[in-house]
Amino acid sequence: MAKKGWDEFEIGAMLRTFDGKIDNIAATRQENRNYSDNSSYTASVADWRLIKPVFNKDYCIDCQFCWIYCPDVSIISRDQKLIGVDMDHCKGCGICVEVCPTNPKSLLMFPEQTDEESAIANWPKKDDKEA
Amino acid sequence: MAFEKMELREVEVWDGNFAAAQALRQAQVDVVAAYPITPSTPIVEGYAQFTADGYVEGEFVMVESEHAAMSACIGAAAAGGRVATATSSQGLALMSETLYQASGMRLPIVLNLVNRALAAPLNVNGDHSDMYMVRDSGWIQFDAFCPQEAYDLNLIAFKVSEDHDVRLPAIVNQDGFMTSHTAQGVKPLSDDAAYAFVGEYKPMNDMLDFEHPVTHGVQTEEDWHFEHKARQHNDLMTKVTPKIEAAFTEFEKLTGRKYNIIEKYDMDDADVCVVCLGTSVETAREVAKEMRADGIKAGVIGLRVIRPYPFFAIADALKNIKAIATLDRSSPNGAAGMLFNEIAGSLFNTDTKALLSGYIYGLGGRDLTKAHLVALFKELQANADAGKVLTPLQQFIGVRGPKLAFL
Repeated sequence: MAKKGWDEFEIGAMLRTFDGKIDNIAATRQENRNYSDNSSYTASVADWRLIKPVFNKDYCIDCQFCWIYCPDVSIISRDQKLIGVDMDHCKGCGICVEVCPTNPKSLLMFPEQTDEESAIANWPKKDDKEA
Repeated sequence: MAFEKMELREVEVWDGNFAAAQALRQAQVDVVAAYPITPSTPIVEGYAQFTADGYVEGEFVMVESEHAAMSACIGAAAAGGRVATATSSQGLALMSETLYQASGMRLPIVLNLVNRALAAPLNVNGDHSDMYMVRDSGWIQFDAFCPQEAYDLNLIAFKVSEDHDVRLPAIVNQDGFMTSHTAQGVKPLSDDAAYAFVGEYKPMNDMLDFEHPVTHGVQTEEDWHFEHKARQHNDLMTKVTPKIEAAFTEFEKLTGRKYNIIEKYDMDDADVCVVCLGTSVETAREVAKEMRADGIKAGVIGLRVIRPYPFFAIADALKNIKAIATLDRSSPNGAAGMLFNEIAGSLFNTDTKALLSGYIYGLGGRDLTKAHLVALFKELQANADAGKVLTPLQQFIGVRGPKLAFL
């Protein structure tokens, strides 16, 4: 965002989410919305994340629990199928893992620097005791 | 419109609180969120009654504290409504954090501040310590000296505050009990004329404009905060006073009642004068007139607008005065006094040879009598005759015990 002088921006501690007028926004997917530079959608706000969720699609049943519970709208779901996590906005809270009902879980938390492929290669097996 | 209108007489007998409540009704305030505190309670109680009785198409929101009251007002104002509330003293103190939110977010809220002392010791009566406490909070501050002015200034406050070039909240001060609970003749406008003067509320950046979503109350750090505060100060320094003057002119055309940024009484040929606020202005006016029979050319200045502070107008009004007294109705607690400091600042780089002395009076509702002011004017005349201040620069009026003076 350009650093403007004191007389160059709109008054108030106020920012516009979109450039111009919006219409039927609820039915418009995020990637198709005209977000302004001031919207946090266009910026990474995840730099304080220490642990991250890794998604393993082999176990996912597309129940959408994680999508509903995520407080940062960072679970990306298309046509009722979980397709990934928005790592620019995920804060690493772990709620998605907590609510995941599969065995083993389809989302698990790993240290931020963990390589995703090796995390999936070493995914835990089904917990028989729980079942 | 879906609400009842009220037939008013040409002259109503209203105290300052009821006069303010009637102005809120006539302005058709959308939301009043309030927590009761003496002596301001009847203002919001009055609005609640008018709303319940169908005279206002608005919402009265009961909250759990003054902090919550102003917070709810901020939310309602950001949503896009005409908003007002009232408080006093400790209530304002609890509200103070949110006052800065309201002004920084540029939300045009009208706050009726019925001036009352700040504890401890606990006291419900009038002084100006609450008014002084929030003078740097970025709000416009008007001061009413009587119930009529409390009514008039409320209507004017909405008009100025909501102007899109201003968009700053406004406080209308009136003295606790001396104005708020003293019934006097008040000439109201008709409901239609009052509403036409204030005008339809024009939203700006409102959250209920779903086609243009906004985020209010954003966080900024060292990279943006200074620019926002500078913008707010710039607008207070350059944009507000012309809008107030325009509103005063329009109001005078409508009612014949003329308001000025600073009110001057018998100042044209005055040698000595007092500068004060609130009901004391009316007492001082009466005494100043009487002093002329004793050969003392006395005048009075009352500040109608405290913020933005009329820096040059004060200097101009005082340029030919020989001895000036500032009357501060708040304990400066280790300094000279708000009016003393502000007026000294106004005069400092001018050619004036005026002598300036400060007086602290009336704390916790202690009376300022005519006898006090007679003695004060005589002291000023003695200063003027001697060409120097013969008294300490800070004296206390009306406190028991040995004479108290400093500086």
